Amino acid sequence: MYVAVKGGEAAIDNAHRLLADRRRGDRSVPALTLEQIAGQLALGVDRVMSEGSLYDRRLAALAIKQARGDMIEAIFLLRAYRTTLPRFGHSEPIDTGAMLVERRISACYKDLPGGQLLGPTFDYTHRLLDEELDGDPTIEAGDKRTDPQEPVTRIADILGAEGLIEEDETAFGEPGDITQTPVEFPLSRAMRLQSLSRGDEGFLLALGYSTQRGYARSHPFAGEIRIGEVEVEIFMPELGFAVPVGRVQLTECQMVNQFKGSAKAPPQFTRGYGLVFGQSERKVMAMALCDRALRAEELGEDIVAPAQDQEFVLSHCDNVQATGFVEHLKLPHYVDFQSELGLVRTMRAEHDQVANDVAFEAKEAAE
Amino acid sequence: MSLDIIPLPRRDRMAILARSNGGRLRDLWSTLGLDPAYKSVRGPESGLVMLRGRVGGTGEAFNVGEATITRASIKLEDGSIGHAMALGRDVEKARLSAVIDALCQDTAMAARIDAALIAPIKSELDAADEERRQETAATRVDFFTMVRGEDQ
Repeated sequence: MYVAVKGGEAAIDNAHRLLADRRRGDRSVPALTLEQIAGQLALGVDRVMSEGSLYDRRLAALAIKQARGDMIEAIFLLRAYRTTLPRFGHSEPIDTGAMLVERRISACYKDLPGGQLLGPTFDYTHRLLDEELDGDPTIEAGDKRTDPQEPVTRIADILGAEGLIEEDETAFGEPGDITQTPVEFPLSRAMRLQSLSRGDEGFLLALGYSTQRGYARSHPFAGEIRIGEVEVEIFMPELGFAVPVGRVQLTECQMVNQFKGSAKAPPQFTRGYGLVFGQSERKVMAMALCDRALRAEELGEDIVAPAQDQEFVLSHCDNVQATGFVEHLKLPHYVDFQSELGLVRTMRAEHDQVANDVAFEAKEAAE
Repeated sequence: MSLDIIPLPRRDRMAILARSNGGRLRDLWSTLGLDPAYKSVRGPESGLVMLRGRVGGTGEAFNVGEATITRASIKLEDGSIGHAMALGRDVEKARLSAVIDALCQDTAMAARIDAALIAPIKSELDAADEERRQETAATRVDFFTMVRGEDQ
């Protein structure tokens, strides 16, 4: 038997040409520039950087343009691009306490040192479509306040002073890297956080939501969310010291959870942690909820819900893997299908034979 | 704006070069009229660096995700070696930063470059930070208490 394996080439070429045409759209409308995408669709760019796990605004903007705004396709493009570059090393751990804060809020304390800084937020907007944005209205610059500002203290430091919140455990040695070693469960918290930080926003949001609705008992407070730029430093062996190489914008979330205590730990607040590229508050909150849920075993809690099952959460939160497996179903499965077709025909014939035999016996018995 | 120390510590200068805008750096460099001969030791080349955070903010290190980065090392004719590393993919900026780093190992040259090139870039970066700080400060919530009235 011969199976046609060629013939799609011209069709594929033409399909890609048509894709380029449709992507460009009406030629009388100016083409989008990467500056426009990076500047005016900034939060979309941030999502692509975060889930593409590659911090580069211009590349993420290009990916969004190339993907026609399909975010997961854009994330896929960025992930593919990163495999073409050599890795020079790793940064020193970033100090989010030294962040140039653009927004910092706490739902736990009204008057905390540094204050509630709302920054450029959608919160408190009325969610009414603004028809003025249909055009190009003149937009005023942000207002300024020049009086000296106090340092923006971390929530953990405030509660930590009373001993009512768990402290971070410092550890030495190299954290595992899910991009370098095959994933084997159970994963360390460091590796879980790496996986969550590039996990799909929608998936983690739904899981985080499930913990609030009762699937894993969780009583969270948004202890602190902060957004801003932090300096990145890299150790240069040639020089013998770490050199700042620029800044990245990050969003960090400290979710504070009630904890009744266990044999090992006294009653205190525990924390779920989130850290993602760019400005991405929903994602970082979802990440922190999932991080806390995934600590169930460590904290001696019963594992009863999907969000607490690390294999379930971490094996399915990567949208590039997920889309790869789901979308591969549309690729040619002609031969697989032919074999299944043959199998179903055989089973069908056997089924019909049995039915005929039963009918024949019933008829004979009646006579 | 003048700098506190001239010449600057090497690390501080490298930090400012890394944060500079490539176009602005090239413009200021051209005003210096310098054209030193040098050989490339490494790069300029673009690659990735894995950015690390800390679990909970202050705990053990974990890998957050990668960023693009560009590095260069050059050697001047007098043997001075300069290094540069900056986030992003601007190879010309990395090359020029490495040349500047090498030149600044001579104290007199460092003073000249810091005054003409590093100082203006630093003051622009600082001004941008200050503007950002003031804009954020304007969004600070000033709570005030209200008398509810039932005590009267």
